[in-house]
Amino acid sequence: MIEFKHVKKAYQDNVVIEDLSLTINDGEFICIIGPSGCGKTTTLKMINRLNKINDGEILIDGENINNIEVNKLRQGIGYVIQQIGLFPNMTVAQNISVVPNLLKWGKEKIERRVKELLKLINMPYDEYAHKYPRELSGGQQQRIGVLRALAANPPIILMDEPFGALDPITRDILQDELKSIHKQLKKTIVFVTHDMDEAVKMADRIIFMESGNILQFATPEELLNKPASPIIKEFLGKISYSHNANDLTCADVMRTKVFTVNRKRKTLECINMMNQRDIGSVIVVDDDDKFMGIVTIETIKEKGVPGALIEEILDRDVKTVLINHNAKDAFDEFYDSKLDYLTVLNRNKTVAGIITKTSMAKALASLVWGENNDS
Amino acid sequence: MALQNLIEHIQLVLISFVFTGIVGLILGIVGYNFKKVRGIILMIVDVLQTIPVLALLGIIMIFFGPTFTTVVIGIVLYSLLPVVRNTIVGLEQIDPAIIEAATGMGMGKFQRLVKVEFPLAFPVIFTGLKIAVVTSIGIGVFGAVVGGGGLGSTINTAIRIQDGSVLFQATLALVIMSLVFDFVMTLVERRLDYNRK
Repeated sequence: MIEFKHVKKAYQDNVVIEDLSLTINDGEFICIIGPSGCGKTTTLKMINRLNKINDGEILIDGENINNIEVNKLRQGIGYVIQQIGLFPNMTVAQNISVVPNLLKWGKEKIERRVKELLKLINMPYDEYAHKYPRELSGGQQQRIGVLRALAANPPIILMDEPFGALDPITRDILQDELKSIHKQLKKTIVFVTHDMDEAVKMADRIIFMESGNILQFATPEELLNKPASPIIKEFLGKISYSHNANDLTCADVMRTKVFTVNRKRKTLECINMMNQRDIGSVIVVDDDDKFMGIVTIETIKEKGVPGALIEEILDRDVKTVLINHNAKDAFDEFYDSKLDYLTVLNRNKTVAGIITKTSMAKALASLVWGENNDS
Repeated sequence: MALQNLIEHIQLVLISFVFTGIVGLILGIVGYNFKKVRGIILMIVDVLQTIPVLALLGIIMIFFGPTFTTVVIGIVLYSLLPVVRNTIVGLEQIDPAIIEAATGMGMGKFQRLVKVEFPLAFPVIFTGLKIAVVTSIGIGVFGAVVGGGGLGSTINTAIRIQDGSVLFQATLALVIMSLVFDFVMTLVERRLDYNRK
């Protein structure tokens, strides 16, 4: 349990947090959100004493954090930052082992732990453990960043906009992974974000801050249904979609997390990938990421020969819509076509997203909800 | 005779290198960690380099006499600047996010220096060491004037008896020595650079 009791923080004469009290229970996923400069990161960094408080006290499981030796305290709290901050001179395995090493774990125990953690995010030990951070993609780097924080099994993890610098698709995947990690490991996670979508998706409870004060501390549902202040309402407005149904374009109703494969992929690989993600078809793109067509698992089973390239059997004659296309027209086409989804393209023929029944329903629901909220 | 001077010269360079490295690193790390003394340290090593070599050796000779030690001290003082400066620069240019991550994970200052900061700064520091070595080969020549021996003696004698061929050989030896040190250390430098980032 983390407790803030009348905490005050000032930089010289500039008081950023006047009087903050809150309690976070064990195993909770807490998001702190608010406009920039609201004090959310400041608050987070108080917990591992990267920011010293001027008054009041912070207790972890009843013990004042100022009474714990500062490095001991930090070794017992996982910490993930937006800039990732992996050590470039260390391999993936060495990066993950930093805190266990500080805690003087045995060599074998550390290696076992590294293997266990990499398994958690499906990065094979043999392939990745001895790579350097520069050899990994941004998403992979931040996965390691999260593992590094989990390494010594701390009960609390602090995350400062951990996915803020990642592209939307990768962010979405990492959010899902973190959510499942949280479910499995039951850590207390304090997560700073400026993205309301992210907060609603991830949090058990959301702390909404403004000018160093808590405006609301509630579950996502409560926050959405009964925002406690006009500022929160305005902030929520940013995630609801355009309010006039006729103005909606495909961009408003599609989902942007799309799985595409390069035309040079082998058919067998594609089947594996589809099985892994539990999807029935994939979008095939050329070397410039331009849309080529769609391949369904049935087509591969029918026409696929071992070793054949995916571009040889793909269906090029599929319906697509442009991203600025009217959503209602797209909706009609989609319904008539009996396809599972409709591919949305950018003007340069790259894939912008797909419209599925779920993405459509989501967009419409938020439209309805948005109108209710205004009246 | 000439060969003995050559060996002596290499000894001068190598022994000075060890001390330059140790003293330079210590001063650089102190300067990096304590902003208040950084200016003073940099100023001192800077001023040291502006003193003419002969004058500097002369001053040291007052205390240590015309000995090998005098020359080593002279070379060390004279070649500190690139090591100290590169140590500070190398440590300073580390991404602050990396430092924050290290601190936030509970590394103490010393652990952070040994495990993270020093390895990351090392390529830059090494460049400083290379410059120091090559400089010290040239400075070593003045050692003869204060009784330090080395190729400086050979050159001195050759000038006095106007022996062009010995003069040429000694100069060539110095040039080759510089080139070899520079070449080998540049190879290492490239490898370091390739390994990081």
